[in-house]
Amino acid sequence: MGWNRKVLRVNLTAGTCTPEPLNMEWANDYLGSRGLASKYLVSEIDPKVDPLSPENKMIMATGPLTGTMASTGGRYTVVTKGALTNAIACSNSGGFFGAEMKFAGWDMIIFEGKSPKPVYLFVENDKAELRDAAHLWGKTCWETEATIKSSHQDPQIRVSSIGGAGENLALFACIVNDLHRAAGRSGVGAVMGSKNLKAVALRGTQGVSGIKDFPAFMAAANAGKKVLADNAVTGQGLPKYGTQVLMNVINEMGALPTRNHRDVQFEDAGKISAEAMHEKRPTDGKAHLVTNAACFGCTIACGRISKIDETHFSVKNSPKYWGASGGLEYEAAWALGAANGVGDLEALQYANLLCNEHGMDPISFGATVGAAMELHDLGILTKEQIGVDAVFGSAEALCKLVEMTAHGEGFGKELGQGSARLCAKYGRPDLSMSVKSQEFPAYDGRGIQGIGLAYATSNRGACHLRGYTIASEVLGIPVKTDPLVTEGKPELVKAFQDATGVFDSAGICVFTSFAWTLADVQPQLQAACEGDWSMDKLNLVGERIWNMERQFNLAAGMTAKDDDLPPRLKTEPAKTGPAKGKVSGVEQMIPEYYKVRGWTPEGVPEQGTLSRLGL
Amino acid sequence: MRVTVKLYATLSDYLPAGSKNNRLEVEVAEGVTVNAVLASFLLPPKLTHLVLLNGVFIPPEARATTSVAEGNIIAVWPPIAGG
Repeated sequence: MGWNRKVLRVNLTAGTCTPEPLNMEWANDYLGSRGLASKYLVSEIDPKVDPLSPENKMIMATGPLTGTMASTGGRYTVVTKGALTNAIACSNSGGFFGAEMKFAGWDMIIFEGKSPKPVYLFVENDKAELRDAAHLWGKTCWETEATIKSSHQDPQIRVSSIGGAGENLALFACIVNDLHRAAGRSGVGAVMGSKNLKAVALRGTQGVSGIKDFPAFMAAANAGKKVLADNAVTGQGLPKYGTQVLMNVINEMGALPTRNHRDVQFEDAGKISAEAMHEKRPTDGKAHLVTNAACFGCTIACGRISKIDETHFSVKNSPKYWGASGGLEYEAAWALGAANGVGDLEALQYANLLCNEHGMDPISFGATVGAAMELHDLGILTKEQIGVDAVFGSAEALCKLVEMTAHGEGFGKELGQGSARLCAKYGRPDLSMSVKSQEFPAYDGRGIQGIGLAYATSNRGACHLRGYTIASEVLGIPVKTDPLVTEGKPELVKAFQDATGVFDSAGICVFTSFAWTLADVQPQLQAACEGDWSMDKLNLVGERIWNMERQFNLAAGMTAKDDDLPPRLKTEPAKTGPAKGKVSGVEQMIPEYYKVRGWTPEGVPEQGTLSRLGL
Repeated sequence: MRVTVKLYATLSDYLPAGSKNNRLEVEVAEGVTVNAVLASFLLPPKLTHLVLLNGVFIPPEARATTSVAEGNIIAVWPPIAGG
C-alpha cells in the first residue's frame, strides 16, 4: 500500500495530538492528498463556515506516491476553506516537506480549532507535540525554519511555516516550506495564521514501507522516469529554461496580460524572460540564473535558483538578499512584472524573495498591485493614499509595496486583502482580474480561450493548474488545439480538470503530465497501492474529486454567477496580436461545459451524475 | 522584402554572433515560405518544434506551403513548457 494508514489529528484549542487510522474506504475512492483530504474536509466542516474562524479546518496531506521512488513524488497539499476565495482550497507544494511527513509515518495532519497562543507542531516519527511559538511569532519563514532547526539541533528537520503575511491575515498569505517552495494560492497561510499555528516541523526516519508489489513498483517507476528523461520537454526544456521560457511564447501569441489586462503584449517581456535570466548582466558580468533545482525525487528539476544583482537599488544596502535563492518562475515573473508593466528583472527577483521570505502568493500579490496601479492611473487612488507613486512600470513602487504588504504597513494592509476587496472598496469591482476573488495567472482568456473557461470554472478560483489547457492550446500536448476558438474547449477543460485531480491526489507533480498521461501513472499506483487502480477507475476518481469540490462550493453559497470572468475580458477586445479584436467567449462555453459535466443549466450536478460518481 | 526571425531558448545558438534580443531581420524573396526562411539557420528538425508566424501556430505540415509577407515575424522554440 502507498499509505501509512495513519492520520494525526491536532486539536489546537485543546492542545492535543491524536493518532487515528486513515479511512481506507475513502482512500479507495479518493486516492490521497487533494482528493482524500478534500473528502475529510467536506465531511467535517460546515461549507458556510468563516474561513478564518476556529470552525474551519486545515489539512496537510500526502498522496500514496509521496515519499516513494516515483519521479516527483514529493508533493503535499494544504486543503481548507480558502481565506481569499471562500471556496474549497487545495494548495500544492513541492520541496521535501511532504516526503518527510510520509517518513515520519503519517499520511495527513488535520488541524482543527484555534490555539490560545502561538504554537508550532513538532513531529518526530510517532511523537507529536505542540510547542510554544512565542519566540517565532513575528519571524519570517526563513528565520522560523532556521530557528527551529537550530533549537532542535537537527538540520534535517523539514519546516512549513507562515511569515508576517499569514500572521497578519493577509488573504493571499501562503505556507512556505524548504525556504522557497510554497502552498501558495487561495490564502491557506491566512487560515494557518488564524489558528495561531506558526509552523509545522517534521522529522521522519522510517522511510516508506508497505509498497504492495515492490519489484513491480520499481519497474513502473523506472519506466516512468525513462519517459520523462526521453521527452524533450521534461528531459531538456524544463531543466534548462524552467517555466520562465513561456514569457516570450505567450507574449508572441498576444496572451500575456499586461498592466492589469489592459494590454495583451508586454514590450519588455524579453527583459524578464528565461532567456534574460541566462544573459550576463552589464553591472557584474554574472547571469541572474545560478542553477536549476529539483524537489524530492524529481527527475525534471525545473526549479530556478538565482542571484540578484547586489548593486540593484532594492538590495544594495541589504546583503542578506545577495545569496542564491529561489526564483524566478514564470507565474511570479509575470505577476510581479508584466501585470504591472515592470520590466526590471532584479526588482522582480527582490519582490519574489520577499514573497518567499514573508509568505505571500506572488501571483495574487503582483496582480493586486496591478489593480492598485490602475486605480492610481484612473485617479481613484492618490500617491498619498498609496504611500508611493504607483504608476504602471515603476519598479520602485513594486519594491516599496512588497515591503509594505509583507509587514502589513499602511496601504500594504489594503493590498493584503487582494484585488477583489480592494477594487470593491474603491468602487471599481470590475477592475479586479479575478474569479471567486482569486487573481488570474499569466494567460489571457481572450488570446487563449480554453484557459479562460478553466479560470471561470476552477473550484479554487482563477487558477491555471486546475486545468492547464495551455499544454494543448499553446504547446501541443497531448494534441494541438487552436487557442483562438471556443469549439471543443468545454470537453478539453473537463478532461484536463479531471486528469489533474488524479495527478494531484497521487502525490506527484502535475508537470509530469507534459510527458506522462494517466496511463504512465496508473502502473505506478497499481503496484504501490492495494485494490483496483485501473484507468477506468482513475478517470472516475478524477471526475469524482471535481464534483465533490463543486458540491462544497455550492453548499458554501456559490452559484453559476461565480463561474464568470471580469467584464474586461468579455467586452474589451485584445488590442494587439493574433487575438486582436477578440474577447473571451466564456459565456458561450459555459452552457456546453455544464452539459459535458452532467450538470444542470444552473451548474448543479444532476442526480444521475452524482449517482454515477458515487457522491 | 524583410522579415524578422526570432529564435528562443537553445535555438538562440543558431543566430549569428552578436544578435540581440533573440532576433534577426533577414532579406528574403517575395512569396517565400516559412520553411524556406528558416532553412538558412540550419535548425535541427527535432528542435524546430513551436513555430509561430505573427503569433499564430504553423503546424509542421503547413510550414512548406505557408508564405510569409513583408514585415512578418517568425518565432521558433524547441520543445518547452511552463506552468
